[in-house]
Amino acid sequence: MAKSTQMGMNRTGAQMSPKDVKQMQQDAGQLMQLQDTQVQVGSEFDAIEMRLKTIQEADPVGSVPLPGTMKGAMKAGMQKLSGRNAEVFLDKLGERLAYERTGVRLYEAFIVKCRADAQPGQVNLSIDQLLHIHNEEARHFKLLSDAMEKLGADPTAMTPCANTTAVQSIGILQVLTDPRTTIAQCLNAMLTVELTDNAAWELLIQLANEMGQDEMAAQFEEALASEEEHLAIIKQMLQDAVIAEAG
Amino acid sequence: MNLNLFDHKGTPLDKQRFTWRKIAGHKPISKLDDDAFTRIRVILMNGVESDAVRLQHTMMRFNRELRLPLATMMRTEHHQQTLVNWLLSADHSPLETTIGYEQVAIEVTSSVAQNEPDAYLSQVYRFGLLEDFDHLYRYSALMDRLEGKDANNILQGYTDIIPGRPTVIEHRHPEDDLRDPYGPDADPLSKIHATLITAAEYQTHDYYMHFGPTFADPVARQLYAEIASVEAQHITQYGSLIDPGDEGITQWLMHEAMEAYTYWCCMEQETNPRIKATWERFFDYEMGHFHMVADIYKNALRRDPQEFFPKAFDKRIEFVSHRDYVKQVLQDEVDLRALGTQFIRDKDGESERTLDYRHHLNSEGSPSDAASAGYQWAPGTELAPKVVNL
Repeated sequence: MAKSTQMGMNRTGAQMSPKDVKQMQQDAGQLMQLQDTQVQVGSEFDAIEMRLKTIQEADPVGSVPLPGTMKGAMKAGMQKLSGRNAEVFLDKLGERLAYERTGVRLYEAFIVKCRADAQPGQVNLSIDQLLHIHNEEARHFKLLSDAMEKLGADPTAMTPCANTTAVQSIGILQVLTDPRTTIAQCLNAMLTVELTDNAAWELLIQLANEMGQDEMAAQFEEALASEEEHLAIIKQMLQDAVIAEAG
Repeated sequence: MNLNLFDHKGTPLDKQRFTWRKIAGHKPISKLDDDAFTRIRVILMNGVESDAVRLQHTMMRFNRELRLPLATMMRTEHHQQTLVNWLLSADHSPLETTIGYEQVAIEVTSSVAQNEPDAYLSQVYRFGLLEDFDHLYRYSALMDRLEGKDANNILQGYTDIIPGRPTVIEHRHPEDDLRDPYGPDADPLSKIHATLITAAEYQTHDYYMHFGPTFADPVARQLYAEIASVEAQHITQYGSLIDPGDEGITQWLMHEAMEAYTYWCCMEQETNPRIKATWERFFDYEMGHFHMVADIYKNALRRDPQEFFPKAFDKRIEFVSHRDYVKQVLQDEVDLRALGTQFIRDKDGESERTLDYRHHLNSEGSPSDAASAGYQWAPGTELAPKVVNL
């Protein structure tokens, strides 16, 4: 695993091959004018048009599952939601649940990375702190699972927002599990996770209040408080890591 | 309802046309709301079309006279493949698609093994089935532990997640993967089965080869490499069932029959009306292909293609859960091993060449064991606080 940002033979920029790039520029300018104008038919708006049409015709990603049992549908919590757009609340609960559950695994991956990095003289990350965050993510997952069950919903279902959030997370996981990424690069990814998490809990609390789920909202406030702590920890760790690298 | 290939004229090849919008701008299936068997059919038919392109292209390399009809048909097969494969929505992650692929292998091979008229061929399918079944378990463990996701979101309760014949011992020397081919007098359904399952395994192999290196996680990378190797073994196993004595045109004819047959099975059982319309359209296209190749066969070999298909097909692939069948096969045959073209019950009776091959491959660790050590699937993943009251 790379220990820190280094100077080296990065070949991606134009400055690495100025003569060739200058030639490319000239070719792009001159030769394009000489070619059959067919290649320049249309404009950049054509692609926008193509996208617009497809978006307008698209079906939704999927739906929020109905309560799986009559018992589920009759639960007091679900009854209270009736007449409201309960599916929005259930969708967001499902999203947060999936996020917390994946978050546990993300922290596991990051902790392994930190253990591999443990060297004297390096940025001294507290693995205990990361384990603390990891354990709290697991508790949040349980909290949300219980909340969904209380409403008669199925916590094992993938709701539409749980699905799209999983797509979002793919990049985060790739960064964390790549053996070549540095601690600082991983912390950058975790910062994205925690920032999103904080904003999402705030929204969930608001929704819970709107839906008359006061007890749930109170529990979510506690979760938000710990998420704020997570964010502060990760932010500080990232700051320390990058400043240390900068020397 | 039975399928007689000579009762359907199909659509002539020159009428089989596409636009980019119809090929790739159409609505995909829903990962959440469509039945898992719709996804299974999409994956299966992508594999069938991919194999059609592969076979027709390979034939072009050996047959100058038939280059034009092969190239023309291959172009259509290619566009059919694109349209079918693009039915998979973009929110299917590579690992989720992988779960779908293994579900195809398990449920379709189960149906084929039960429909197969030849006892030896049926045994071959059961042997491979338990290995794909184990792959599903390993990938499900990876999905849970790496991504925090539940493979059952894809499987929808149709397919169990438990170990099969352990992947770590599936690695065999090629000589122990080759099987006895069917003979010229084999039941046409046997020939269709062999062609179909070879196609399915080939596409699975290719998928793992394409996507394996896109994973950053070291365990995922090695697991995909390990299972892709077994899929390569399965291509050898199932591909070797096809009679190598059959001329190219005969194999082409059989392939078109297989494509039509499989689309027929799909359209008969498809629950999504929009997707069903695609299976019906492509069934017609394949019937057009079949009759075109039948004419080539008649002219080139001076034989009647109807002799291959003396009666209608009265069995179809059943797109249902084969849970009970798989459990029975697992109980009876998980300890079966292969020796040459045959199967043996003696777990210690494998050849030296296979033991040496396997021992060396596993000598620096087993990714499949590492990915799933101690894994027991639970609804909502290993992290779920308790068994959900269903």
